[in-house]
Amino acid sequence: MSVEAITITMVIITFGIYTGIGWWSRVRDTSNFYVAGQNVPTVANGAAIAADWMSAASFISMAGLVAFLGFDGTIYLMGWTGGYVLLALLLAPYLRKFGKFTVPDFIGDRFYSSSARAVAAIATIFISLTYISGQMRGVGIVFSRYLQVDIIVGVLIGMAIVGFFALLGGMKGVTWTQAIQYFVIIIAFLIPAFAISYQLTGNPVPQLALTGSDIIARLGQIQVDLGMTEYMAPFTDLSLINVFMITLALMAGTAGLPHVIVRFYTVKSVRSARWSAVWAIVFIALLYLTAPAVGAFAKYNLIDTIADKPLKEVQEIDWVNKWETTGLLQFDDINGDGIINFTEGENNEVSIDGDIIVLSTPEVANLAPFIIALVAAGGLAAALSTASGLLITMTSAVSHDIYYRIFNKQASEKQRLRVGRITLLIALLIAAYVGINPPGFAGEVVALAFGLGAASLFPVILLGIFDKRMNKEGAIAGILTGLIFTLVMIGLILSESIFGTDGAILQSFFGINAQGVGVIGMLLNFIVGFIVSRNTEAPPLEIQQLIENVRAPEVDDESEIAASKEE
Amino acid sequence: MEKPEAYKTLDEKQRRYWKKNVKLISSLLVVWALVGFGGGILFAEPLSQVSFFGVSLSFWIAQQGAILVFILLILIYAIRMDKLDQEYIKEANREKETK
Repeated sequence: MSVEAITITMVIITFGIYTGIGWWSRVRDTSNFYVAGQNVPTVANGAAIAADWMSAASFISMAGLVAFLGFDGTIYLMGWTGGYVLLALLLAPYLRKFGKFTVPDFIGDRFYSSSARAVAAIATIFISLTYISGQMRGVGIVFSRYLQVDIIVGVLIGMAIVGFFALLGGMKGVTWTQAIQYFVIIIAFLIPAFAISYQLTGNPVPQLALTGSDIIARLGQIQVDLGMTEYMAPFTDLSLINVFMITLALMAGTAGLPHVIVRFYTVKSVRSARWSAVWAIVFIALLYLTAPAVGAFAKYNLIDTIADKPLKEVQEIDWVNKWETTGLLQFDDINGDGIINFTEGENNEVSIDGDIIVLSTPEVANLAPFIIALVAAGGLAAALSTASGLLITMTSAVSHDIYYRIFNKQASEKQRLRVGRITLLIALLIAAYVGINPPGFAGEVVALAFGLGAASLFPVILLGIFDKRMNKEGAIAGILTGLIFTLVMIGLILSESIFGTDGAILQSFFGINAQGVGVIGMLLNFIVGFIVSRNTEAPPLEIQQLIENVRAPEVDDESEIAASKEE
Repeated sequence: MEKPEAYKTLDEKQRRYWKKNVKLISSLLVVWALVGFGGGILFAEPLSQVSFFGVSLSFWIAQQGAILVFILLILIYAIRMDKLDQEYIKEANREKETK
């Protein structure tokens, strides 16, 4: 069987499993549609959180990004894991205790205001839509390379499947499907990692091979010899201030992502919310601790295979050939000597998209076709699991927060489910459109989603829990300030790729680039929210009482039993 | 503007529970900031001179160590809060019995 045939078989089998689970856990009432009826076990929820949040960016792009950024790649590694600490300690337990359906629900009730709810719902829709466009690129890459189909066909197949089980199963179906998808993702990531690690260093554990061998030192030396920057040296690609700001923006953004937060509503108690976070970070870290090793090994292998080799010889290698046809790997023999100069700057003759690092690893390392197929299935699982979580989140923002809570308070369950399903279809169509016509700035779009999350939702949720005096005036002023400032700054700094201006209107905000500028928006949100709330009326007494209640320990049967056992 | 009096609904035990919780969160976040932003970023340059199992210490912290610490912080929080919950319940039960 050819690699393509095995890949198709693998994709059909895994998708069959996902669809089967969607059917098995189909739901008929709204509470199950949005939050899985709050009876998902902690470990399954942890795996679902991990799959939900580890997107095509984590699976396909991250190791490649780290490989090309070297030390500075830590912005993604620390940024996307450190945010979990904020989420687990500051937000998740209290949001669960508050016990609502969605993030706009919390903000609307806590700040006793339909305007606050609407602003939060719009921020949620905006963040989710920008984020989903990044997933579609992932789906497109995997299908176009491994199934040799047109990107349009690939995206349509993917969307049909996501839509099918999201419509059928709602959140509960998605939760179980995502838990299974996590295992597909992690197995697909780890097997090639073990193999390439063993081949290069003789140690199959990538994390140990990274430190226990001289591979990084060797890679650093080769890079310097080729005229690139040293791999291990900090701040060669990004300045210290940018590494700091981007890391913080990704952390606060992670904690403010509505589709991740909503996961913590699907557990049965505050205690399980805390333990779901533990499982989630363990599952996520498994991939995040492996990715920097995969990135370094893959870069070493890649340089070893193509640098200073005759162009003709390299182009005959099967995987080089196939990636060249997708346009993600290109050679340009500038000096016409027939030898590939792989370096940095104007003499570089190789243009390589970071996204192919993980996907090509098994081929570069000559692994069995079965593993190549597995990696394709893993990449698809990562993209689709995140896409479905985002779809459900957008759907609930429209049908629950805007339609039911603001426009039609008498809406029956049936009406709400119908609005939810219609929204889901519309969102699906928009996502498919974005997937087929990806914006030319996909990487920036994902960063934008995190920056916006950090600047809008994160500060307001945090103050809603920890600052009893925060009122609706402060919250609305804060969200709007953070959101507008960040949008304007990103627009100005990236004006070249977004609006097509000649050069950027603004180079940076005092040395901070577009990815990190969300942190400034976040600070402004905190400051404006604080000042406005202190100069307007305190929240009503029943709201203050509500916040007090969220702070009280939760006593349920489970914790009672645990306590009595110890006595 | 008249300052409204804060509404108190939590009893003494519950307020103590919340204070302990906030203290635990703060100390864990101090570690989070020191390791992630201190060791991984602000002091990355001096620490890159220190070697650690074949790589520099700052490189190891930024790409491995910090993530391991993050797992520990979330784990410690879950364990400590379980304990705090149980202490609270035991105390509340004892009070009920004496009444």
